[in-house]
Amino acid sequence: MTGLKEILWKELSDCFNSKRFVVLFLLIYIAGIATVYIASQNIRTSVDESTKYIFLNLFTTSGSSNPFSFPLFMSIFIPIIGIALGFDAVNSERTSGNLSRLLAQPVYRDAVINGKFLAGVIMMALMIFSMVILVSGLGLRMIGVPPQAEEILRLFTFIVISILYGAFWMSLAILFSVLFRKTSTSALTSIAIWMFLFLFGSLIAALIAGAVTHINTQTASVNDIMQFDSLFRMLSRVSPGTLYSESIQAILLPSMGTSSPTMMVIGIYSGLTPTPLPLIQSLLIVWPQIVALVALTAVCFAIAYIKFMREEIRAS
Amino acid sequence: MEIMSNNFVIETHNLTKAYGKFVAVDSLNLQLPEGEVFGLLGPNGAGKTTTILMLMGFSEPTSGTVSVIGYNPAREPIKVKKVVGYMPEKIGFYDDLTARENLQYTGRLNGLTGSLLSDRIDGLLEVVGLKDKADQVVGKFSHGMKQRLGIADVMIKDPRVAIFDEPTSGIDPEGTDQILNLIKAMAKQKVTVLISSHQLHQIQKVCTQVGIFSKGRMLASGPVDKLGREMLREGQFNIIMPIAQLAEKVSEEIMKIPGVISVECIGDSTVVKAEDNLEKELEQVMLRCTGLKIQMKVEEFELEEVYMKYFRES
Repeated sequence: MTGLKEILWKELSDCFNSKRFVVLFLLIYIAGIATVYIASQNIRTSVDESTKYIFLNLFTTSGSSNPFSFPLFMSIFIPIIGIALGFDAVNSERTSGNLSRLLAQPVYRDAVINGKFLAGVIMMALMIFSMVILVSGLGLRMIGVPPQAEEILRLFTFIVISILYGAFWMSLAILFSVLFRKTSTSALTSIAIWMFLFLFGSLIAALIAGAVTHINTQTASVNDIMQFDSLFRMLSRVSPGTLYSESIQAILLPSMGTSSPTMMVIGIYSGLTPTPLPLIQSLLIVWPQIVALVALTAVCFAIAYIKFMREEIRAS
Repeated sequence: MEIMSNNFVIETHNLTKAYGKFVAVDSLNLQLPEGEVFGLLGPNGAGKTTTILMLMGFSEPTSGTVSVIGYNPAREPIKVKKVVGYMPEKIGFYDDLTARENLQYTGRLNGLTGSLLSDRIDGLLEVVGLKDKADQVVGKFSHGMKQRLGIADVMIKDPRVAIFDEPTSGIDPEGTDQILNLIKAMAKQKVTVLISSHQLHQIQKVCTQVGIFSKGRMLASGPVDKLGREMLREGQFNIIMPIAQLAEKVSEEIMKIPGVISVECIGDSTVVKAEDNLEKELEQVMLRCTGLKIQMKVEEFELEEVYMKYFRES
């Protein structure tokens, strides 16, 4: 790949020199410290002798009085990182007049877009990985319980899924940066889509599922509820955020035998005590979600790629 | 490595680009021999930039073929871009990087590294007169300075062909002069240069050949003087001698030279119209008749005159 290495280095050094990323790094570290703080306040109540994976509780314990939890934070913050990394990838090069100059050099056109995507993935990996290390380090000092091999593997899987999720938002943002000439348009479009899915996704899914199954909260049987629930989850999986939170819940909460909270409640009420699953079983539960995330990323990137490769490069 | 069947560096055959119904470039046939400085002239929207985009492989032709140093730029972009430098109309640099860092990036993309690269950058910055600004961020550069940096950016790959799209638009006369001198210096090093512009005076200063472009079509191409003669003098040469009054005997002698059409006194000089450039023959006749070596010159044309004539006719 002619030119890919040079472009990748340039992008990475840009990231490290830009204020945008200093702010993002600071934010993610503050969130990491907040996670450890909340865990330190509440971990005693959420852990008892039967808890098998204490270390993972560092990441999943949420406050009793405040709604902050690590998975929730990540599912909001990762899209922001992804969009911040991708929204001006191509159109800022174009409006600054650098794109024509860059492509007049002996580099393949796809090296530009690939280099930017790869640099973004590396930056995200650095951010998420260093945050997990930060939380683990502080947490280890606080609770004094070292992680088991299984827990380390689960955390690693969590990092990989988080990067995949970020890669999706980044490829969506890159797609808009190819489609729109203005960086403001591409940024706003990406954020609008994220906000819409995040705020209204589950509302609309519930609305449709309710209308289709004619569920009545007064008279609904368990069967009705299960029917409603499966349709609701099916619809809300249109949002990548749902795919992500389902996957990381199954990975970080080993006792989640299903990706549906409703099913969990039904299970508990019908007398089934959840026992922690081995990692491979948890992975099997969320495998479809992971594949869907990869597929969404691939589709966005492919459209951006094809559009960019065929486009006329005019200094504008 | 080179598979050129002829010595045309840039060659297009019936090159056409249409955007929907609008034809931006219409059956363009352009042949540019090595070492020429070719000026692509025409009003805004005549299709100059679109032609250049197709030469660079930035835009796919609707029909026809393009060949740059023997390769199709859309199919083998790397081979073309290794030896072709291009300066776009609105050149941009990374504003937060210094002049040197910007050139370093371009150099690295061209496979240059280490001391070879840094020596070349130092040399080029000196040539374009930005040596003392080398470590300033480009964001603070003026338009003219960016344009000169653009020339360094083109030269860093040591190109065989350099394409400049409106290199002097929006630049003060002094800056324009500097840029034209840099382009001239490139041409001296046997670089084939293609310049698109609508600033006729400047084109005439550097170009050995011009092509006049209008509405996607090339109306005429060739050296300015040839175009001028064809357009303004029906292909005839006007040879001018600084003699106010010519003896009848001498004028008869001149008429005897095969190819001479007329001898006229206009103002304080004598104009000999001829079918060919008969400067040498005329000189001999004058020497024989008067015993003097007369300074004479073939009439030259202002590009502007030629250009306007073409547009009036079309």
